[in-house]
Amino acid sequence: MIDMKFLQVPAEFNTVMLDVVWIIVGLIAFYAGIKNLLDKENPSRIGTAVFWCSFGVVTALGSWLPPKVSGALVIVMCMPAIFKKVKVGRVNVPSKEYTKAQYSKIGMKIFVPALTVAVMSLFFALFSNVSSMIGITIGVGISMALLMVYSRDNKPKVFLDDSERFLSLMGPLCMLPQLLGCLGGVFTAAGVGDVVASLVGNVVPEGNVNLGIVVYAIGMMLFTMIMGNAYAAITVMTVGIGGPFVLAYGANPVVIGMLALTCGFCGTLCTPMAANFNIVPVAILDMKDRWGVIKNQVLVAIIMITIQICFMIAFK
Amino acid sequence: MELIKLIGVVIVIAGFALKLDSILIIFLAAVSTALVSGLGVGGLLEQLGVNFVANRSMAIFIMILLITGVLERNGLREAAADLMRKVKSATAGKLVCAYGVLRGFFGAFNVGFGGVAGFVRPVLLPMAEGAIKNQGHEPDEEHMEDVKGMASAMENIAWFFCQVLFVGGAGGILVQNTLQSLGYEVELVDLAVTELPIAIIAVVLASVLFIMKDKKLTKKYYGDKNTKAKK
Repeated sequence: MIDMKFLQVPAEFNTVMLDVVWIIVGLIAFYAGIKNLLDKENPSRIGTAVFWCSFGVVTALGSWLPPKVSGALVIVMCMPAIFKKVKVGRVNVPSKEYTKAQYSKIGMKIFVPALTVAVMSLFFALFSNVSSMIGITIGVGISMALLMVYSRDNKPKVFLDDSERFLSLMGPLCMLPQLLGCLGGVFTAAGVGDVVASLVGNVVPEGNVNLGIVVYAIGMMLFTMIMGNAYAAITVMTVGIGGPFVLAYGANPVVIGMLALTCGFCGTLCTPMAANFNIVPVAILDMKDRWGVIKNQVLVAIIMITIQICFMIAFK
Repeated sequence: MELIKLIGVVIVIAGFALKLDSILIIFLAAVSTALVSGLGVGGLLEQLGVNFVANRSMAIFIMILLITGVLERNGLREAAADLMRKVKSATAGKLVCAYGVLRGFFGAFNVGFGGVAGFVRPVLLPMAEGAIKNQGHEPDEEHMEDVKGMASAMENIAWFFCQVLFVGGAGGILVQNTLQSLGYEVELVDLAVTELPIAIIAVVLASVLFIMKDKKLTKKYYGDKNTKAKK
């Protein structure tokens, strides 16, 4: 393949700019914490503030803090989440009339800033060695500038307050992927993968990569159905099965790793454990059948897992 | 006793299956794994710190939240609804599929329209009901139940398979970091490219199945006077 990465920056550029990115992200979270601390309508001002502020500090200063201090901050952050002390305060949702009026003023042009972030992220990934995180940040900057040009109402504080609105809406669960990634790291450091691998080794003969792929893919699907979360499944399954039984024999980690996750998603489509996706909509849409959403997904999931297993075997 | 190291895995499986608080499960699993494997308290703190900081890229969504709310405030949903209205000779099934394509395409750009609560219920379902009436039928309650099920299913399928196409999304980063801990370096953009055919197959497959199902249901509930009768 021709190297299209004509835009080359020195490694220090990425290091320095990444720290800038994390400082901005940390400040956004910190702002959310302080805003809730001062919000008299929030039923749990201190817990909410502790959660977002400790996350903000560890994110902004993670490159410089000693690891043990960062680890302690992560534990501090988890406490209010575990004790359900992270709450939503005053919510400033734009009225229907307002968004309609804005739409009649801005129109389809609104798609331009909406797509900018992904386009920038893709552009820098394809044509430069600039980190995707920096690409996304540049995209967000351009998008904000466009929105400010579209309407004078879009002042800097509006952006900050709206990001707080969405952070609070998502709540502590938005930390789940990062915490699961963290747990995967602890598992690896403790040698959990080796133990799982030696157990699976009793059942799956080593060296049969195709069989390994089938076990890994179906394992991802079943594990996800039990846990309701493919992100939780993939760390354990990859360390225990994907690595020792598939990748260790030279299979392509890009194909195997990526498709394993979407094999897990086939499990998500089939399980009431993924309540957010499969049970909550039943309530939102006033459906009679609790399984009404899942019933429409099972066939797609079965066909997709089959296609993906074939794809993994063909392109390993 | 090497098996004791699996206590964390057991806690994760049992915890999620018992619907305990997700963060509590992860916390307990990390603490117990660290303690039984001899990492100790200091090792636990160190591992948590190193890994949390190393996984910071998953927090990049917070940067994007700077614009998510403001886009909504400035009429993104209204624009998406307007796009949907352009679907020619709409039936309920076709509208669900149009939504799937729209959701999948924009999902790949990490742009959402509010999901089931924000878009399917307030925008898509009234449009589907309108389409059934336009064909000269009174929407049947059983049929609408299926349309709701298909619309939610489409929302999930399109979002699941297409979100991983966004370079910088949590899924790709998690895969990248998991592989990295095993010693394999992969690029986010390569992960997205690999997923592209799978995502397209998923959306097309769901669309074909749902259009077929809706045709069958229309016949069942409203008789053989099918969609073209009123044209």
